[in-house]
Amino acid sequence: MAKITFDGIEVDVPDGTTILNAARTIGGGIVPPAMCYYTPLKGSGGKCRACLVRVAAGSAKDPRPMPKLVASCVTPVQDGMVVENTTSEQVLNVRKGIVEMLLINHPLDCPVCDQAGECDLQNFAFEHGVSTTRYEEERRTFEKIDIGPLIQLHMTRCILCYRCVFTADQLTEKRVHGVLGRGDAAEIGTYIENIIDNEFSGNVIDVCPVGALTDKTFRFKQRVWFTKPVNAHRDCENPKCCGRVVLWYKGKDVLRVTARKDQYGEVKEWICNTCRFDKKETADWTLEGPAHIDRSSVISANHYELPVLNAQVIADLPESSLRDLEQNPPMRLGN
Amino acid sequence: MGRKLLTEHINVEGIDTFEVYRKHGGYRSVEKALKTMTPDEVVEEVKKSGLRGRGGAGFPTGMKWSFLAKPEGVPRYLVCNADESEPGTFKDRQLMSKLPHLLVEGMITSSYALGANTSYIYIRGELLYVLRILEKAIAEAYAAGFLGKNILGSGYDLDLYVHPGGGAYICGEETALLESLEGKRGNPRNKPPFPAVQGLYARPTVVNNVESIAAVPVIVNDGGDEYAKIGVGRSTGTKLISACGHLNKPGIYEIELGVPVEEFIYSDEYCGGIWKGRDLKAVVAGGSSVPILPKELILKTAAGEPRLMTYESLSDGGFVTGTMLGSGGFIAMDETTCIVRNTWNFSRFYHHESCGQCSPCREGTGWLEKILHRLEHGHGNERDIDVLASVAKQIEGNTICPLGEAAAWPVSAAIRHFRDEFEWHVRYPQEATRPGAVFPGKAVLV
Repeated sequence: MAKITFDGIEVDVPDGTTILNAARTIGGGIVPPAMCYYTPLKGSGGKCRACLVRVAAGSAKDPRPMPKLVASCVTPVQDGMVVENTTSEQVLNVRKGIVEMLLINHPLDCPVCDQAGECDLQNFAFEHGVSTTRYEEERRTFEKIDIGPLIQLHMTRCILCYRCVFTADQLTEKRVHGVLGRGDAAEIGTYIENIIDNEFSGNVIDVCPVGALTDKTFRFKQRVWFTKPVNAHRDCENPKCCGRVVLWYKGKDVLRVTARKDQYGEVKEWICNTCRFDKKETADWTLEGPAHIDRSSVISANHYELPVLNAQVIADLPESSLRDLEQNPPMRLGN
Repeated sequence: MGRKLLTEHINVEGIDTFEVYRKHGGYRSVEKALKTMTPDEVVEEVKKSGLRGRGGAGFPTGMKWSFLAKPEGVPRYLVCNADESEPGTFKDRQLMSKLPHLLVEGMITSSYALGANTSYIYIRGELLYVLRILEKAIAEAYAAGFLGKNILGSGYDLDLYVHPGGGAYICGEETALLESLEGKRGNPRNKPPFPAVQGLYARPTVVNNVESIAAVPVIVNDGGDEYAKIGVGRSTGTKLISACGHLNKPGIYEIELGVPVEEFIYSDEYCGGIWKGRDLKAVVAGGSSVPILPKELILKTAAGEPRLMTYESLSDGGFVTGTMLGSGGFIAMDETTCIVRNTWNFSRFYHHESCGQCSPCREGTGWLEKILHRLEHGHGNERDIDVLASVAKQIEGNTICPLGEAAAWPVSAAIRHFRDEFEWHVRYPQEATRPGAVFPGKAVLV
């Protein structure tokens, strides 16, 4: 075990734990943001630099500070390490810079993006970004890229986190996509404009932190915060698929099926394309109850419960809205 | 005349053949090391020599070797970084093409010291003709029994391969080089783990520059103490300097570390002064990635002492008044040089060569280049210079590998020392961007 001090809080973690995961054992607002790191994906992390922290003391044996900020997601803890995250002005300034860099080529099309409400970059920018940009140059844009009937690649939004590449590499036997080009001309692509076609390809949608890879069967159907997430499971015939999912309801319709995620938005168990794209009837599933969405996004922030509407407001609503409210009573998220 | 340790026989006819090289004392270090020394003793000699990595970082080679993990029954590797491609640095290709056997000899002796039975020379793909020369030298060494099984009857086996890269500057970064050597995209790895623990094929690996490895035979032959007598302080031995730019005699010079910069630029033994009798304006002393220094700071330190060609003297004063020896890519610029254009040119290179893996480098290098492009072409605005400095600072130290710093340092230093010239481009764009325009000095900005 190693004892580290993270923002003044002492915590014991097993040897080999990364600084980020040590911070996650504390939880709350001091956990560094992570755009590219994804616990179940081996080798991920270290790329977006969003989780940079200052190591004020390397270890009890060698208490010298580390000369540069380190990526907390790939740096293992040492016994006696002292880490500064929210307590370091330098770290917070760098984080502002990272948001600015990431937003250079990421369009602010949140109003029409399917990832809005679930977007890691949206949350990161809200928490650490500034309201203006100093970037005056031409931005990078891409033509629409067709990678098959199930997944939409919207390359303009991609922040090159490599998560989908790791997913494809580690989950599928027929990886056809990767990073082409380099520098700010790098892009996720298939060689040559192939379609992505394998039974676990849908998982790249779940790991994408922004709206670069979205579900074609769900696109533009609904804003995510107007849907109701419900945990469900089925006996999937695919032995690699866990069969445990979240069904996203609008009224009685299942608009989307995703894998279940933890509080940091990470999938713990992968699901196959059959569960994700083909099983969209309630009868296909055994419902378990409301899904717990413990993230600082609008999904859990906006409950849209009836009590917020006073009697006068309800009386003034048009008939169609009243009918809609009756048919689709808002569900409180969480427990 | 300074001593020449590496290039003494460089002009001997046929020195690239085994026979001639051997006649001139070649492969003595292999015989000495394998027959009379233990691997640890070779490492000890290299430590004593004080040899510092000649690729740019200047980390002590012997110390780097001693960090190599040596788990039982696990192979370890020596990889020679011959992916030289930084603008202004062109010494290794000369060394390899003229003296291929020196590198092969160094690889054998160094591999023996490290206990490596398979070693690689990772060479820049564009240097195909050098690759052929090295392959020929390796074949000759195999034929003479200096490579392969049971070298010189010592029981030591070594296989040596040359591997051409795909032509990406980033593959000169040691972990990107290892990725590339493994057949993958040349993206730098996160550190730790360091290559000494998990390098090539996840095995303990040492990555050394061509010039560092070429110095090992000299150290083994003459002893580390003798080598350490050359130079000044912790900058021991000789260093190849590739001098280019507005010099009367650009070229590759082997200098004893400690030669005054002024002597290096102006003496006839070395560069012979600035061409066309012009005045020196600025120097990039260690390859395009190190901070540029104006004439007054490159010739003298902040304390007024003569600046020497050593790791310490060149970096004296940190980046406020100093720079780095780096890889020895010495670029001199005369008084007519446009610093903004020069900085833009460097930025173009780093923008083009960024691997795009981490956000500050991927987005920042492009941003720097675009602002510099505007400034150079007369479309700059008042805010640009501060934004430029700020973006460079955002990149510096926040990236996976040093390419981010390599892109940021030249920009930061150019603004630090030549801000007036940047302001001139903003205030008088038509004048500043006129072909052949020369910055007239501070007076114009008053």
